[in-house]
Amino acid sequence: MNKSEKLEIPSPAYDGISKQVVEEKGTEFDLAITGGRVIDPETKMDRIADVFIRDGVIKRIEKSKGKLKAREMIDAKGKIVVPGLIDMHTHLREPGREDEETIYTGSCAAVAGGFTSICCMPNTQPPIDNQETVKFIYQKAKDAKCKIYCVGCITKGQKGEELTEIYDLVRSGVVAISDDGLPVANSHVLRNALEYCRMFNLPVVSHCEDLNLSAAGVMHEGFVSTGLGMCGIPSIAEETIVARDIKVAEFTKARIHIAHVSTQGSVDLIRQAKKKGIEVTCEATPHHFTLTDEIIRTFDTNAKVNPPLRTKRDVDAIKRGLKDGTIDCIATDHAPHSIEEKEVEFDFAPFGMVGLETALGLVITELVNKKVLSWAQAIAKMTINPTSILNIKGGKIKRNSPADITIIDPKASWIVDPAKFQSKSKNSPFGGRKLQGKVYYTIVDGKVVYEG
Amino acid sequence: MKLKSRHLLGLEGMSRKEINLILDTAETFKEILSRPIRMVPTLRGVTVVNLFYEPSTRTRISFELAEKRLSAELVNFSAAISSAQKGETLKDTVQNIEAMKIDMVVVRHQASGVPYFLTQCLDSSIINAGDGAHEHPTQGLLDLFTIREKYKKIKGLKVVIVGDIKYSRVARSDIWGLSTMGADVSVCGPTTLLPVEIEKMGVKVYSDLDKALEGADVVIVLRIQLERQKGGFLPSLREYTNKFGITKERLKNLNENFTIMHPGPINRGVEITPEVADGPHSVILDQVTNGVAIRMAVLYLLSGGEGKVE
Repeated sequence: MNKSEKLEIPSPAYDGISKQVVEEKGTEFDLAITGGRVIDPETKMDRIADVFIRDGVIKRIEKSKGKLKAREMIDAKGKIVVPGLIDMHTHLREPGREDEETIYTGSCAAVAGGFTSICCMPNTQPPIDNQETVKFIYQKAKDAKCKIYCVGCITKGQKGEELTEIYDLVRSGVVAISDDGLPVANSHVLRNALEYCRMFNLPVVSHCEDLNLSAAGVMHEGFVSTGLGMCGIPSIAEETIVARDIKVAEFTKARIHIAHVSTQGSVDLIRQAKKKGIEVTCEATPHHFTLTDEIIRTFDTNAKVNPPLRTKRDVDAIKRGLKDGTIDCIATDHAPHSIEEKEVEFDFAPFGMVGLETALGLVITELVNKKVLSWAQAIAKMTINPTSILNIKGGKIKRNSPADITIIDPKASWIVDPAKFQSKSKNSPFGGRKLQGKVYYTIVDGKVVYEG
Repeated sequence: MKLKSRHLLGLEGMSRKEINLILDTAETFKEILSRPIRMVPTLRGVTVVNLFYEPSTRTRISFELAEKRLSAELVNFSAAISSAQKGETLKDTVQNIEAMKIDMVVVRHQASGVPYFLTQCLDSSIINAGDGAHEHPTQGLLDLFTIREKYKKIKGLKVVIVGDIKYSRVARSDIWGLSTMGADVSVCGPTTLLPVEIEKMGVKVYSDLDKALEGADVVIVLRIQLERQKGGFLPSLREYTNKFGITKERLKNLNENFTIMHPGPINRGVEITPEVADGPHSVILDQVTNGVAIRMAVLYLLSGGEGKVE
């Protein structure tokens, strides 16, 4: 990943975080988080400790002694203190559909879900395919509650034809490029994108879908779609493109990140590719490791998502992929849609569900508590793994790192109520579901931005 | 005995007892239909809205006649002349209609699940008159009725459904209904038009028509649409006819007292030859006659009627 020339990506909204702070002995700290179980996947730390923050930076991590003082104290006994979570796959609807989500409301949903950084995908209206739109987003992001990173388009207007001015996008601060929502159908265009991005060590995030195979499909093609008489999206719609992408990445010696893996076949292909040393990484969403196509039997349009909810076999494969490291990241694919857009015939509803505020609860309930992943593994997939793929700061609890921290109450159980979401949109199929594990505090650059 | 639900959304999950109740009730109505005055006051004061979002001849007229013969008041809605053209959502449309005080909605829609969706936003009884490729329960019931009328039983009969299974709501309702009633059901069609894992619905699956027809009692022939050729599922309708068209010659392996059924509309010369469609074994027009009786039974039972019709 770091083989090629590394370009320092400017992130105009957060110049503050890189400020070197010289520690002066005896000075008071701004914030102390005491007595919590601190888990940092990068340093493999997992013990009870106090974390001290000054000027937005983590200054000390030490065994609880109770000697050092801070202006503000958070008692984290019985809680888990982890690096601020990072969602590398969020759809904010600004510009274009501010009625569904703005950068600000998306950031409120993010911090309520324990995320301190989110990456906004570029399928806005207009799409993020030029410097100006990136600048607009970073300008808006200054008021956001969490850090916003921009993902740019691979092709102009997401049309899959001409590459965007990627160097320009990189200079204005995009952390990856993707035509997410749409595949790059033309393999020649994909090859050029991968080769071109090698110059910037910029990850290309691929939405794998053969549109000819998915066509009019609205759900997974299988026994359930057969019974319901709905057009199916076969697993090969995803897998054929995953296979192609891996081949193109291997050939170009570039790296590629596969977004929202949903099928057993995709997990197998990526596992084999990693064994061969191909630089492929991938992510899975909480809904794809939790739900199956059986939920569509009630025609709940909130469960209509692309890629679609698959079968139990696929869910099990995704869990295995998470466990053995084939799947690097957990990302939400948070996709807000208005009530009026979703309260329609299943065939006519748009794809997508919100996920920022349920992701952590689902990870804890479905993966940690069911022993699929350890705490450290689960947290790594939401912190250090995405930051190392995207070459961004954060994702660690370490001296002199930005004080982006999430404190989790692992015992608290709660019932999902979409009406209470911070997100402007409520399109979640998880309403009424009981989850264990709740965000206790979210801290960005040393400031408490959410209190659970 | 009463039906468990206030709605008829599909035959999946409906019990044998309930199906028998509908079929028995329909027998009574069929008798009424043979009288000089084919009308009863049973549903006087009940308002039914026929909500058709998709073109329909048979089903629509059949429901209308059933409603009229039960003395229900009825209103017809057709998407082509409605505010759906002005961009009103389905939910708004139906809630507005219900605000005018109605009791039952008969709905036909191109999207699967619409009848279920209506149960979520309305208080009226909902009758599915065909939703996407999902279900067409009254067609399934009239097929069961027609088979039972001829053979005096359904259990143990070998029924083969031939054609575009993938896009057929009739096939699905027939499969659920016939299986529940104990028939031995097979489906047969081009491999591209057999939906995945269809065998899990409890049917035998064939792409060899002659094999499928061996020893069969009833053949339900489905309409094949030109769209399937455009969608790339079939090289041509001509080729479909050559491989799956029901001709007199292909019927030699059937049981002696075999029956030919078709839900209509028929593409004569495509999926079935006129000779077979109009032949002595065809009950295609009986199906249409029985459709009215079945729909009367369904309307009656869903509006709270019990087994015996007064």
